[in-house]
Amino acid sequence: MYRYDEFDAKFVRERVAQFRYQVERRLAGELTEDEFKPLRLMNGLYLQLHAYMLRIAIPYGTLSARQLRKLAHIARKYDKGYGHFTTRQNLQFNWIRLVDVPDLLAELAEVEMHCLQTSGNCIRNVTADHFAGAAADEIEDPRPLAEIIRQWSTLHPEFTYLPRKFKIAVGGAAHDRAALKFHDMAVEIVRNEAGETGYRVHAGGGMGRTPHVGHVVGEFVARADILAFLEAVMRVYNQSGRRDNIYKARIKILVAALGADEMKAQIAREFDEIKKAGTLAVPQAELDRIAAYFAPPAFEDLPDDEPTSLDPTFANWLRQNVSPHRKPGYAIATISLKPIGGVPGDAGHGQMDAVAGLMDEFGLAEIRVSHEQNLVLPHVRKKDLPAIYKKLKALQLATPNAGLITDIIACPGLDYCDLANARSIPVAQDLARRFADLSRQHDIGELKIKISGCINACGHHHAGHIGILGVDKKGVEYYQLQLGGSGAEDASIGDIMGPGFPAGEIGGAVERVIDAYLELREGNERFLDTYRRVGMEPFKNVAYGEQMYAAH
Amino acid sequence: MPLIRHGAAAGDSFVTVADGEPLPAGGAIVSLGRFKSERAALLARNAPLGVRLASAQPPQELGEDVHRLSVIVYEFPVFRDGRPFSWARMLRTRLGYTGELRATGHFLYDQIAFLVRTGFDAFETNIPPRDFARALREITDVYQPSADGRSAISKLRTG
Repeated sequence: MYRYDEFDAKFVRERVAQFRYQVERRLAGELTEDEFKPLRLMNGLYLQLHAYMLRIAIPYGTLSARQLRKLAHIARKYDKGYGHFTTRQNLQFNWIRLVDVPDLLAELAEVEMHCLQTSGNCIRNVTADHFAGAAADEIEDPRPLAEIIRQWSTLHPEFTYLPRKFKIAVGGAAHDRAALKFHDMAVEIVRNEAGETGYRVHAGGGMGRTPHVGHVVGEFVARADILAFLEAVMRVYNQSGRRDNIYKARIKILVAALGADEMKAQIAREFDEIKKAGTLAVPQAELDRIAAYFAPPAFEDLPDDEPTSLDPTFANWLRQNVSPHRKPGYAIATISLKPIGGVPGDAGHGQMDAVAGLMDEFGLAEIRVSHEQNLVLPHVRKKDLPAIYKKLKALQLATPNAGLITDIIACPGLDYCDLANARSIPVAQDLARRFADLSRQHDIGELKIKISGCINACGHHHAGHIGILGVDKKGVEYYQLQLGGSGAEDASIGDIMGPGFPAGEIGGAVERVIDAYLELREGNERFLDTYRRVGMEPFKNVAYGEQMYAAH
Repeated sequence: MPLIRHGAAAGDSFVTVADGEPLPAGGAIVSLGRFKSERAALLARNAPLGVRLASAQPPQELGEDVHRLSVIVYEFPVFRDGRPFSWARMLRTRLGYTGELRATGHFLYDQIAFLVRTGFDAFETNIPPRDFARALREITDVYQPSADGRSAISKLRTG
């Protein structure tokens, strides 16, 4: 994984000192809250319902054991002993005191971490496929490019006061595990007919109150030109994105207003101008230097036998949480942070420390955070899987539900968040308990439930096979149901079913939808496939139930 | 409002003139609207001329006249409006403007380094020159090229 050199280390130290001075001025009353707000946000610090929330950047979701231990330490020392992994591969602490933040940042800098640009109207922390470098279906590891983008976008003097936040993701495999088409901009590593590798650039995707699937604005951008191309997109957006209305300020609104063709033409003109100046090409030596950090570990030649265990529950975990690796004898293991009845994405300090210990014990140099709020061990020897499973089980980290209906994405919701209209966590917990039976989960198959506590869609409800959106109706929590969304390569925005359900009814409504699916499905159709075939009507007919239907 | 030019307190020999007000004998800064409507007369004056642009007005509005201006002023209506960062960089790196590029309006201490990096070299501000200099010392190296000619860290690494 990437390691800081003296330039990076000095930069982060100086950035901590810079923020320390900003906090001092705020505490001394020299900065108003209005002036301090964008400064703290650019360091990931939000003022929430109960306290400050600090969002720590985990660039492209990759962590070392040493970094994970530091996060455990921070959870103990500065928070209430746990953290929350987010849909942008970051970690949030919810109970932080402002005066502690500069020291906390200094501790993070010791392990080459920071909170840079995890919020604010700037280019946010760059995300990537959590199976990067390990997936069997990958063209190329997307993380070297993600790291190049991270550096280029760090304190970018021109693009730090954008109309609105700007999220970039990078993927390099046939299967999109990074929700590329729902990002402000995404880079997809592709191969052309001549066998050359290049970049397909998408822009204008996003969720929030007006969801959009991104458009391709660059079909095949050459390697050397990628930063010039990204800068062209950013410049068009910075110059023309709306600033009069916060809800219409994202690039998706600009693309929709101009039309994808006009947007593409403007980007192309700007790209030509930037290329003429030629200052943005990253030197090959630097590309090579960065790529070398992401070289895969020295794989052993191992037999590719399926591992077995005396523990009869191991087979369930193997089936669901272990994915194919590009190297025979190896596997990718997903550590579910979705125990039945737990808080999706939460991890305690003891769990983080223990997972770091497990990484050391089994020679695992890195761990990933997925946008689905789980952890991933990317390079596990298959023969080690039973022993790793045993340890994870003792830590309550072995729920065998990756990709199943209880692997629910949920934002923090009204339990924590200042923006939320409704709670998300209790809905996720209720659903997980309803579908806890594993054989029923297997029968239902792949099903992605995503829950957001407000229209900002941090829980990606638009991209859920089943999406749930919390709304406030005259002070009462209601939940809208959306069906048919997908954040994968077949990206689509879910359709709203109709009036919302009260908190006590949403779980039952989802169960009735699932029962209908089991009746309607043909062959081995996933829920999503069945929905796409039959549409909303049969689900809507049952979701509201007889009594509720009569009431409407 | 005090003026900082090239990092030091400086006198301002220009007078910002409201639309419809009479012009002074010396340097004058007028709005883009006035410049467009009185262009010939303004350029014929025997005194340096500046134009003040709003954050929504691209420098391309000035056309080739950028090279006949001594000062271009961008006004930040609010510090969150980041368009002038792009306009400044365009002026310096694409339109070849070499005169004074001045920031006015609402900008923060914490934006000074970005303003300088994108090409501003004069600032109407109450920020004391000592603090101004401090702002530029906070971060030593930069990760990307801009309009200030500094080499990005990626270039420094490879010599």
